[in-house]
Amino acid sequence: MPLEFYTRLIYYAYCNTYRRSSLLSHPNENAAQVSELIRALRSLLPPESVLVDAEDLRPFECDGLSAYRQLPMVVVLPETIAQVQSIMRLCHERRVPVVARGAGTGLSGGALPLADGVLLSLAKFKNILNIDPHNAMAIVQPGVRNLAISEAAAAHGLYYAPDPSSQIACTIGGNVAENSGGVHCLKYGLTVHNILRLKVVTMEGELLTIGAETLDSPGYDLLALMTGSEGMLGVIVEVTVKLLAKPERAQVVLAAFDDVVKAGEAVGAIISAGIIPAGLEMMDRLAIQAAEDFVHAGYPRNAEAILLCELDGTNAEVSEYIMAMRGILTASGATEVRTAVDEAERQLFWKGRKSAFPAVGRISPDYYCMDGTIPRRQLPHVLRRIGELSKEYELPVANVFHAGDGNLHPLILFDANKEGELHRTEEFGQRILALCVEVGGTITGEHGVGIEKIDQMCVQFGSAELTQFHAVKTAFDPSGLLNPGKAVPTLHRCAEFGAIHVHQGQLSHPELERF
Amino acid sequence: MIDLDLGTALQQQVLDAFQNETPLSIYGGGSKAFLGNASHGQSFDVSKHRGIVEYDPRELVLTARSGTTLKEIAATLVEANQMLAFEPPHFGEGATLGGTIACGLSGPRRPYSGSARDFVLGCQILNGRGERLRFGGQVMKNVAGYDVSRLMAGAHGTLGILLEISLKVLPRPAASITVTRECSPVEAIAGMSGLLSKPIPVDGACYHGDRCYVRISGSAQAVREARNKISGDVLPDADAFWQALREQQLPFFHHRSTLYRVVVKPATPPLHIEGTWLLDWGGVQRWLYSDEDLAAIRHRVELAGGHVTVFRGGKQSEDIFQPLPASLMAIHQRLKASFDPNHIFNRGRLYTGL
Repeated sequence: MPLEFYTRLIYYAYCNTYRRSSLLSHPNENAAQVSELIRALRSLLPPESVLVDAEDLRPFECDGLSAYRQLPMVVVLPETIAQVQSIMRLCHERRVPVVARGAGTGLSGGALPLADGVLLSLAKFKNILNIDPHNAMAIVQPGVRNLAISEAAAAHGLYYAPDPSSQIACTIGGNVAENSGGVHCLKYGLTVHNILRLKVVTMEGELLTIGAETLDSPGYDLLALMTGSEGMLGVIVEVTVKLLAKPERAQVVLAAFDDVVKAGEAVGAIISAGIIPAGLEMMDRLAIQAAEDFVHAGYPRNAEAILLCELDGTNAEVSEYIMAMRGILTASGATEVRTAVDEAERQLFWKGRKSAFPAVGRISPDYYCMDGTIPRRQLPHVLRRIGELSKEYELPVANVFHAGDGNLHPLILFDANKEGELHRTEEFGQRILALCVEVGGTITGEHGVGIEKIDQMCVQFGSAELTQFHAVKTAFDPSGLLNPGKAVPTLHRCAEFGAIHVHQGQLSHPELERF
Repeated sequence: MIDLDLGTALQQQVLDAFQNETPLSIYGGGSKAFLGNASHGQSFDVSKHRGIVEYDPRELVLTARSGTTLKEIAATLVEANQMLAFEPPHFGEGATLGGTIACGLSGPRRPYSGSARDFVLGCQILNGRGERLRFGGQVMKNVAGYDVSRLMAGAHGTLGILLEISLKVLPRPAASITVTRECSPVEAIAGMSGLLSKPIPVDGACYHGDRCYVRISGSAQAVREARNKISGDVLPDADAFWQALREQQLPFFHHRSTLYRVVVKPATPPLHIEGTWLLDWGGVQRWLYSDEDLAAIRHRVELAGGHVTVFRGGKQSEDIFQPLPASLMAIHQRLKASFDPNHIFNRGRLYTGL
């Protein structure tokens, strides 16, 4: 991608709400202050745990949203909670902003570093501290990979339910920060439904225990507030997760349709029949073809849409529901209904779905992944509108959809090297998200706001809600030094962005000047 | 009763209270007024702000005004063969949705399908400045902004007045049976916590009067299959039993003394606190009538990693809810101030100073 693309995005990232810290306010004093800070950090950590050279900082310059890049001032890699506390105390004292980072697989730039900030990597917190099969829970450090928890629990017949597509690499600390979902959330919930307790270090360096090793705890539900807070309220240093019994059997049915509307209606029919599938995914023609060409999952290439419906539970239960499901799909006009013949085919059906993003990456120089959620009944309308917008912007779109819970991932195909395409893509993406809000949905179902969708927050919320969000942050982080500039836009930013949430015909930020 | 949107009128009343710094004591059906510390303030009735605003069974989402009764919601859901899966206790005819979410109470299904807060998808509130705010939405997955709607669950009305709530609802299981057998508390705890690692569709487990009760729900086949894996006799009229447990109407609850709610890890062995016990939530939520000193009870439960609420019949001088560490209390106070700067909502109901 051309350099100016990055420059522009970094400019966006930078022109956000972030209050410049005192370190950069007087350039002449800057160098001396930075080296003093690094000296102080080195007194807290072993030398190899404080990185300052550009080539050492490079791997941390972005997360999964690689279009936004910024080298941090310094990277620290603590390995004890006490070290995290002393780093936070030091940064708080010196008014240095801190950005926490897990595996860096996030898709919204939530872990994008700051040029004059400390990047706090939790990569060394990778131990599973306890698996307690009697109470069906596990205590893990934040840098433990999502999948590693289920692997460790498997010996006891247990697993950790949320399974984001990046589960091989993403870590539980980041999952909590983003409230990650996955393909099984309709039945098993998001991260917020599957954790019990957090240990969190505040910007002031104080260690808090939020939640309990049991099902509830006294006081406000800070556990819910902390989950999905994108590193804005505290640094997660320990997570207690709930474990579930592994289902006896899982089975997947693939149904093909000659019309996406029929596929959407089939989803409603399944739910109406009282069946809650473990996973319920939809792909449209372009996504099907890309995935099929890539992994040869056995998808029908000529279908307009396919549904993948997974059922899990006891042996008898799955058999019973598979029969019911086949009936419903056929009655809904499926042109083909296929049950995976064995575990290998089941895995293959899923492999096609889980590789949909890289598969689309093969057929287009660049793609931009959106993450809106809509009420399911709006699917035909939203897909039709996306189709119209696709023609208007002359950019193809592949649709991948967590159909069970209404989470839509349109992938806009573009070529950043072609004059004007990036700009058209961004504008197209914004219109898709605005459409999601318009039909009663949200701008982000599971990828988070981060830096990427900060402007779209102005579309979804009015100034009173945004002000309340800022007040919530201040309650945890009065100095505003934790991950500043992410997740919640300032009212001024919204006014500059221009596309402001209009509620009941009233402009949401009438108190602000327009630019 | 008629559906009525009193949002604007309620907003005006809160604005007045904000300006005059008048404390308000929020009131719905009054069915849970016994819970929490006494809150002195002008009575603020939300019960007439009522009605189901939106419900489409295919979306698994119901949106209703806070004064809507649980009874009406349950009746509406049952027509589409759906339910509130956290099985909320009513504790009275007039129980409202708002009060249920504000108190954050869940019934016997809680460990297996989730709590009241787990099913909250979005809400509309009035904060202490009289601003009408919307958080979350009507969709299952939504990570835009902090999860303020779930924060409202269990906040006992101290952060805002709930006007409208959207909840995830679920299909009712096709079949359900309850298996019961006589056993000791130790056996019951081992048995109930042991079920957590078995692929059996349990959705209720309790120990009451020397007997363990396990409810299995799901497809007809699944229930038949699971029945053979659990020893004991099938309980006739099981729905009445679970309802009586949920509503605290079993003979166990006919005591006159103080009722404590003890919450611990499921496999926690019987606690050596003198009194009579009933174990719900598969051993997690334990009801206790005891004459022992509250401080002594709390001390022993804390050692087991749990906490204690004085649920019914507490003294006004006691801490009804488990006291918080100072660092957490400071955050609670700042959060409270951010939503309700003049401290007008349910002053002191949860903790002194909130």
